[in-house]
Amino acid sequence: MAHGPATLADGWRAYISRWVFTTNHKDIGTLYLWFSFAMFLMGGAFAMIIRAELFQPGMQLIRPEFFNQMTTMHGLVMVFGAIMPAFVGLANWMIPLMIGAPDMALPRMNNLSFWILPFAFAILTSTLFMEGGGPNFGWTFYAPLSTTYAPESVNFFIFAIHIMGASSIMGSINIIATVMNMRAPGMTYMKMPLFVWTWVITAFLLVAVMPVLAGAVTMMLMDINFGTSFFDAAGGGDPVLFQHVFWFFGHPEVYIIILPAFGVVSQIIPTFSRKPLFGYSSMVYATAAIAFLSFVVWAHHMFTVGMPIAGELYFMYATMLIAVPTGVKVFNWITTMYKGSLTFETPMLFSIAFVILFTFGGFTGLMLSIAAADMQYHDTYFVVAHFHYVMVAGAVFSGTAAIYYWLPKWCGKMYNETMGQVQFWVAFIGFNIAFMPQHFLGLAGMPRRYADYGLQFADWNMVSSIGAFIYGGAQIMLLYNVIATIRNGKPTTEEKTWEGAEGLEWTVPSPAPYHTFAKPPEFK
Amino acid sequence: MSTDASNRRVVVKSLFGAAGMFAFAIFVLPPMYDLFCEITGLGGKTGDEYTAVDVKIDTSREVRVRFVASNNASMPWVFKPTQDSVVVHPGEPTEITYFAHNVTDQDMVSQAIPSLVPNNVADYFHKTECFCFENQPLAAGDQADLKLVFIIDPDLPAGVNSVTLSYTIFDITDRVADPIAQL
Repeated sequence: MAHGPATLADGWRAYISRWVFTTNHKDIGTLYLWFSFAMFLMGGAFAMIIRAELFQPGMQLIRPEFFNQMTTMHGLVMVFGAIMPAFVGLANWMIPLMIGAPDMALPRMNNLSFWILPFAFAILTSTLFMEGGGPNFGWTFYAPLSTTYAPESVNFFIFAIHIMGASSIMGSINIIATVMNMRAPGMTYMKMPLFVWTWVITAFLLVAVMPVLAGAVTMMLMDINFGTSFFDAAGGGDPVLFQHVFWFFGHPEVYIIILPAFGVVSQIIPTFSRKPLFGYSSMVYATAAIAFLSFVVWAHHMFTVGMPIAGELYFMYATMLIAVPTGVKVFNWITTMYKGSLTFETPMLFSIAFVILFTFGGFTGLMLSIAAADMQYHDTYFVVAHFHYVMVAGAVFSGTAAIYYWLPKWCGKMYNETMGQVQFWVAFIGFNIAFMPQHFLGLAGMPRRYADYGLQFADWNMVSSIGAFIYGGAQIMLLYNVIATIRNGKPTTEEKTWEGAEGLEWTVPSPAPYHTFAKPPEFK
Repeated sequence: MSTDASNRRVVVKSLFGAAGMFAFAIFVLPPMYDLFCEITGLGGKTGDEYTAVDVKIDTSREVRVRFVASNNASMPWVFKPTQDSVVVHPGEPTEITYFAHNVTDQDMVSQAIPSLVPNNVADYFHKTECFCFENQPLAAGDQADLKLVFIIDPDLPAGVNSVTLSYTIFDITDRVADPIAQL
């Protein structure tokens, strides 16, 4: 390759310019992945502060005002800074390799959509150092908490959300264009790898709902600064409208987070089962069905605002309906493993844990969807436990699986299998110690988002905090494993890292050259 | 068609879609929400000024109407109904008052926002005169009886024996261009 990328040997200036001006999908994928990991550690640090304060009843370490900022920032950073960019990074790296394209369809826009993200999060994080503090109204930023009663820094928060939205929309358009126009000859839609399918559906969801989020924060901005009354009853508005607009974005958002995770797992499980994915087309249709249903169930997040019984019943049944396509997916993953010649390398361990724990989180979701029961569960730790089972054991476990699965392809080095498996078990055990007790706390009536709690909740909170510290430690191990692999990993040059792997990404050398598929590959 | 041209089409269509969803969130969702609440009576928003029609007073039926008042956030006025509740016959115009007292040393303007429960009766509660149709200016230290005339529609669903009308009073002094002129 005559024009390889600049390395450190070419000097610092060339090296930095390479990353700042890069339009290479692999470089941008790498940037997204490192950025999201940095955000993951920052959001994780916030979580550690939260759990340290909740280790014992009473206030020991921080003030309640700061606690509120920590819960808010933890949610915002993890959702918008860690999980979403991580999957965009995977999409950047893997989609062109999987569909046989030389690069993303719109490389310059790709560069822009990444490089505005660090600014968004710099703005968001800087609010913590401002007078009055950062956002303290919960990651769902309900009005009027986020308007009338918000700290001064709320305008920075709004601007940061706008930038994140712009970044996501550009990234999604890029993925849609790439998948629609750049597939290798012979790769029809129904032959695309499932990761590509789930991502293209996710991209459509993003284009549809990120503007709604932008609309919600824009209305907040106008209420706060320009005297409108979208969410202010004094001027004829309604705070409940905010919740409708937010969850009209927010519910598709949870599938934006989980659908690419489904895609990753659907790549990994067949590889280590040495069998093709069971029910490929039903997987595609189930994904599309979930995406469609996500638009018509939003008010199940707000059963307690005062809804007529007909509305509660509709949103309850519509929500339960989502369990059907999700059940199809879980069935297909299990059936793929059935009678396969299974091996349990680290990516497979994370994927199996994903299937078990995500299904568990899905079932608690079904409990929450029961409108009558939700009156008790609403805004308790039961909800916290539920969404951490689907977001962490779902999205984060599948992201970790993806890192171990594709790392040899990315850097041409093999990770240490023992270290990988140790990290898995620490993460798996730590996660369950942290979040399983939160179900009990929630059912016993402990409300979420409080800096303190009654003495009757003390024991399980201590257990939960210990688990959270273990799980936090597991992420440091992941960082160590990745860096150790890049620096000292056993070199691997074989194209097919995993014996049972299928797909175009396993036809290029390891590490994947800077430019791949300059000529479209043959795809049968 | 070349890949570049197809890409451009995807970008244009997607951006168009995204802009459409942004406009939908700001310009369509809020009016749609209001319309939905108006049609279903959800949110307990009562209607605008009602012109009384000649209906027979249904003396066979009694409905208790309760009155509630609350102050929004930092609104310092004293604001309360003069009577806790009244018993009326459907079809019969009834006059009641709320009492407001501006206890501050500043001229202020307020706006009262009604809400009615149960929320399926909002369409059967008519107001022919109400202080809530306009804003209420009060000079520093002044007080006033605010008048409300309402009629319960004789078509009020059977089984509803009591309704509760709540007013929340908001400080809108900052929103009014010239508070003094309001007095």
